[in-house]
Amino acid sequence: MTSTATPAARRVAWRPATVAQIIEETPTARTLVLDVQDWPGHRAGQHVDVRLTAEDGYQAQRSYSIASAPRDVALALTVERLEDGEISSYLCGDVRVGDRFELRGPVGGYFVWDVDDGGPLLLVAGGSGIVPLMAMLRHRASSVTDESTRRALPARLLYSSRRWSDVIYRDELERLVASDPTVQVTHTITREPPQDWTGFRRRIDRAMLVDVAWPPDERPRAYICGPTPLVETVASELAALGHEPAFIRTERFGPTGNP
Amino acid sequence: MALISRGFRGRRPDNATADRLPPGQYETKDFPVLSAGPTPRTSLAQWDFVLRDTDGVTVRWNWDEFSALPRTSLTTDIHCVTKWSKFGTRWEGVSVDTLVGEAAKRGVAATAYVMAMSDGGYTTNVPVADLTQGKGMIAFIYEGEPLDPEHGGPARLLVPHLYFWKSAKWVRELRFMQTDQAGFWESLGYHMYGDPWREQRYTGDP
Amino acid sequence: MTANAGTSDNMRLDGNAAAGLLSEIFARDVTVARATCAGCGRADSIGGLHLYAQDMGAVLRCPGCTAVVVRATRTTTHLWIDATGARWIAMPLT
Repeated sequence: MTSTATPAARRVAWRPATVAQIIEETPTARTLVLDVQDWPGHRAGQHVDVRLTAEDGYQAQRSYSIASAPRDVALALTVERLEDGEISSYLCGDVRVGDRFELRGPVGGYFVWDVDDGGPLLLVAGGSGIVPLMAMLRHRASSVTDESTRRALPARLLYSSRRWSDVIYRDELERLVASDPTVQVTHTITREPPQDWTGFRRRIDRAMLVDVAWPPDERPRAYICGPTPLVETVASELAALGHEPAFIRTERFGPTGNP
Repeated sequence: MALISRGFRGRRPDNATADRLPPGQYETKDFPVLSAGPTPRTSLAQWDFVLRDTDGVTVRWNWDEFSALPRTSLTTDIHCVTKWSKFGTRWEGVSVDTLVGEAAKRGVAATAYVMAMSDGGYTTNVPVADLTQGKGMIAFIYEGEPLDPEHGGPARLLVPHLYFWKSAKWVRELRFMQTDQAGFWESLGYHMYGDPWREQRYTGDP
Repeated sequence: MTANAGTSDNMRLDGNAAAGLLSEIFARDVTVARATCAGCGRADSIGGLHLYAQDMGAVLRCPGCTAVVVRATRTTTHLWIDATGARWIAMPLT
């Protein structure tokens, strides 16, 4: 039985999810493509709760942002392995195609963007904070195909990573920029930039935002996701620059940087 | 029964630490920070500590007076209801016995229960019998250094034989009560007493 | 979205991270609901409130005055919610 209610209104319940495909994104991040029974659909930016149960009944639960676009056939989560992470070390390690776990969602209708919300779209990511923002870019790419609409809905991503090898969806972002001049991606590599790196090498600060983001009178919709210190800095700098607080949405991952 | 995930084990204690862990706990070498609100920033000049009895009679110490009281130190394991336990933590402070004794001299009468009250509005209830006889202190030194604000500094209640939510951070007052009243977490489903060895996490746990 | 070792000012998350727990009580995604703080009268989406103590439950505070707007926990037998800090909560049906 399928519900006709929109995702925000529908009841959320635990459902079985089967791992259909595993994609190694970086040495520490992996995408799990899932087959979920009766998946009701989601909006870009939402997350799910994942629950693992061991044979003796021990349970653990964590939230992960959805990486796939709403129109994608299969649901995908991108998980970053945390050193001490009970669930992330399983999902980034032992898990195999065919394995199953439980999923609850989608939840988090506050941190979503639909093309109907309009733009310009300003996305600021730190580390694995890129995941829900990538869902937004994928949603935009699949929904906005004609040039004039794209020009009315430009998107800019400012993405902070420690090393070039940590950049998730690197190739896809390059292809996106190459094929769509209304999307701009700016990286800052803060710890070990590559030898020939000519881009930003520091943590995101006001000067970088002035350089990269739209001026406040363009009234961009801003979404900031990543470790709490980055989110705090960017949100307060954007507000200080004059961006409307109501247009700034944040998703803090906590100090560890994991959702 | 929930769906079982092949190969998932989660955190489990090894045999060496298992005896030291209350049921359902795992050892951590970190000191996780868990707060119900923003960290208060009370300067030592503003800080005071109060014992208040059921008639409203109080005894009060400012920071200098409090620091001059006889001190006690303790090395102990601590157990958080969120399942982590940390072994061998070192604390220094003023024992509740000292405070109750001083308070009695000044006409503040102890009763059977206490509500610990903190900057920021946090509260937790503890029987006085679980704070005296060396079982509890107001701690302001952790691992030889002044207690960090994120861990409850300037001073926190330390009652390590109970789940650590009872060790109220940023404590400013112990208010005596005739009967046991629920504090912040206890009024929302957490156990009134909170003995980790009997796994008393929630209301209704035996 | 679990809180682990970290520094003081980094301890809070966004109310959005409590979506899973709150959905068990409200049967809907409550993060888009708007709550009015009983302390100062400020209205916010629940997803935009300041979330603390996520490992113990959820303590959602007003970004303006830091008063507790909603508290929730999940024990082995019950879901608890204290919404006395909200003058009202308005949930969109669609």
